Amino acid sequence: MTTFLQLDFVPLAAATLACLACGLIGNLLLLTRQSLLGDAISHAVLPGLVLGFWVSGSRAPLPMVAGAVIAAVLASGAIDLVRRTARLETGAAMGVVFSAMFALGLVLIELTGAASVDLDIDCVLAGQLETLIWPAAEDLQSLFDPRALASLPPELWTLLVVFAIVLGVLALLWKELRLVAFDPDFAATIGFAPRTLGLLVLLLTALATVAAFWAVGTILVIAALVAPAAVARLLTDRYGVQFALSAAAAVAMGAGGYGASVLLPPHFGLGGLNAAGTIAVTAGGLVAAAAILAPSRSAARVSA
Amino acid sequence: MRAPDPVPLPPEPALAVHGLSVAYGGTTVLRDVSWEVRPGTLAAVIGPNGAGKSTFLKAVLGLIPRLSGEVRLFGRPLAEARRRVAYLPQRASVDWDFPLTALQVAAQGRYPHVGWFRPLPRHERDRALAALAEVGLADLADRRIGALSGGQQQRVFLARALALEAELMLMDEPFAGVDAASEAAILAVLRRLARDGRTVIAVHHDLATAPATFSEVLLLNGRVIAAGPMATTFTAEALAETYGAPIPLAAAA
Amino acid sequence: MLLDALTLNAGHNAAVVVLGTAAFGLAAGAVGAFVLLRGRALIADAAAHAMLPGVAGAFLLALALGGDPRALPALLAGAAVAAALAVLAVDALAATGRLKDDAAMALVLSVGFGLGMVLFSVVQALPVGGQAGLKGFILGQAAGMLEGDALLIAGLAIAAAALLALLFRPLALLCFDPSFAAAVGLPVRALDLVLLSLMLGVAVIGLGAVGALMVVGLMVIPAATARLLTGRLATMVVLSALLGAASAWIGSAVSAARPGLPTGATIVLVASALFVLALLFAPERGIVARTMQRVPAAPRRDGASPGRGRSMSAAG
Repeated sequence: MTTFLQLDFVPLAAATLACLACGLIGNLLLLTRQSLLGDAISHAVLPGLVLGFWVSGSRAPLPMVAGAVIAAVLASGAIDLVRRTARLETGAAMGVVFSAMFALGLVLIELTGAASVDLDIDCVLAGQLETLIWPAAEDLQSLFDPRALASLPPELWTLLVVFAIVLGVLALLWKELRLVAFDPDFAATIGFAPRTLGLLVLLLTALATVAAFWAVGTILVIAALVAPAAVARLLTDRYGVQFALSAAAAVAMGAGGYGASVLLPPHFGLGGLNAAGTIAVTAGGLVAAAAILAPSRSAARVSA
Repeated sequence: MRAPDPVPLPPEPALAVHGLSVAYGGTTVLRDVSWEVRPGTLAAVIGPNGAGKSTFLKAVLGLIPRLSGEVRLFGRPLAEARRRVAYLPQRASVDWDFPLTALQVAAQGRYPHVGWFRPLPRHERDRALAALAEVGLADLADRRIGALSGGQQQRVFLARALALEAELMLMDEPFAGVDAASEAAILAVLRRLARDGRTVIAVHHDLATAPATFSEVLLLNGRVIAAGPMATTFTAEALAETYGAPIPLAAAA
Repeated sequence: MLLDALTLNAGHNAAVVVLGTAAFGLAAGAVGAFVLLRGRALIADAAAHAMLPGVAGAFLLALALGGDPRALPALLAGAAVAAALAVLAVDALAATGRLKDDAAMALVLSVGFGLGMVLFSVVQALPVGGQAGLKGFILGQAAGMLEGDALLIAGLAIAAAALLALLFRPLALLCFDPSFAAAVGLPVRALDLVLLSLMLGVAVIGLGAVGALMVVGLMVIPAATARLLTGRLATMVVLSALLGAASAWIGSAVSAARPGLPTGATIVLVASALFVLALLFAPERGIVARTMQRVPAAPRRDGASPGRGRSMSAAG
């Protein structure tokens, strides 16, 4: 038990929280056909993350979060500017902007010397779940021991706070976000500002992305953003159920994926599996299973 | 906020537009449109595809920026009259696969009465149900919107607009792609609204049904071709000018 | 050092690397113009990410069969298979009707990449430890490129560019006006398949040159830059190819001169810098030119804006 608490508890909790925070916001992206905005944001936050890291010289969450959020807003503005100026469709404009910003982030990692500390390209690509350990843990009592809790990795607290923020905003603005996702024009005519709420979703996406960064990196976070919502969408046509199912899928993918990376290798004589990768692959398996189990669309139409 | 005038005399037009111009990405879509609609009128906006009909409604509602011109609703700027106006968007403008029920969409019309942050109270839900009943969809309240027919979807939108309890309703093609049953139901609602002294301005495509349905008309093609009472305005000459080709009045568009 | 690399005087191997990536840049820019106009930018990205498990799979297969696991042709073949599977997976997910293609692309991209990371970690733990070689496929590692690899990349890139030149007219029509192309009897579906194959082919080539994550950048960014500079398709394709080649040339030279810099990211950053310049200073569509046009124009401007009617012309 002690070994579990010291080595596996924090990564397991971090993976689950990362998938939950991203997965819940992902519902709004999926339902508004903006899943690729999640893709774009997750790539585009990198230069902001790196600069935040460089400015503070540490993994302190606030500067990195601030940098990432600024980068996300800039990216969304840039996508719009490129789309209009070069007359490109949104997808192409996204490709231009997020490729450029991601490349900038990678080069910045090298130039700022961040790579020599502990923000390296491997972490960008696949997170660093295995570095999130809790040496102070002794037994289950540690979960209630303030001193032991204080030595939990700060990344876990960041994830917890961001998850709470996501949950709080979704609860507080439940009907508003649903309205704006469905019909922004109508929402505007009755005074429910779709632009402000859209910006809020963008900010939450950036927040969840950066909080999940240490857990899964900037690319596999896309799986956390899209897969839980996709699983739920395949199984339900109810808005509330959609969110509940996506939360369940997020837990399954985060905990199951991390568990697979720890439990599978000894059985197959492998040296160890990348945990962020197994999380994404688990997500893929969940989506495939949901696609096969999903009630047939055409049948639902006929019965209607 | 100023207190409302005690007794408005004489009645202000429900909609007054003066010199409205709208441009999209450098292209002028509407030029110098002026039009007035008195309260209690059923008015149609008619013109070919790309004539700027939807743009006109959206500009009136402030959904797209105006290049120039003035819009007054009941004698007031939009910001002060928002609660008195309902918008019924084009059916094709939303994703009907969205996981919502008919009732959930209709209930959106009650949101201004509920306000921000609060969940929908039961009595507001009942008013949304009443609006659905008014368009003949009470039985389908819990049906997901993707499973409704096109005409039923259009009626859900109408129910949502009714639930706003507005005095002026701006409708973008309320009859587009609807079956006969839905057309009759929508028509009945429009007539009832006019009887109650409310104003409906609808973008309309079907030239054959327009004269029987609406009493006022705006013929639009980038600019105002003609505007006024249906009987005197909806002429073969004006239509030919609107569509750039002779239109046999008897034919449906 | 940088000047040496730019002028191909930094040693034989460095020169080969610069020329190889430049050839890729040429092909990526040319194909990218069509990819951009046909709205396929993001499917290219999804396929590129999903190539990584193909690379690792080919490595493991070659190892199991007793071959050389690091032979580039085999690895690229694995990547090509994975890319094709990725496109099919996107179609299959979108065919469920409930997931739109944007979600399908994001899923395939991330799950494919995740599978790649898992397989890479498997490879890394093997005694042969060929991992160092594989990692270059993610972000590009031109420094480690062998002469034979560079020649292979250059050869494939030139073949792709030649095929594109051969099919220029029908492909131009496909992007310009697909319904007209169908009306005059062009096999639209076959042409789309050709374009898709070219796109995947360039992505596979790019895997060896700039890495999976940067391939789409080098397809889309030079094409977008060219689009800002010209309204004619033929000019746009040529310009895009030249911009792609120049970005790759300069970028790989810079990264050769400063070994820590990831090659692919440096190349994409050079391409992005050129794009930003065009965004600001392009003669008609650039922000500066547009702002200057707007100033003298009175609010009551009559008629259409100068930008109107300048849609893409297919005349080649």
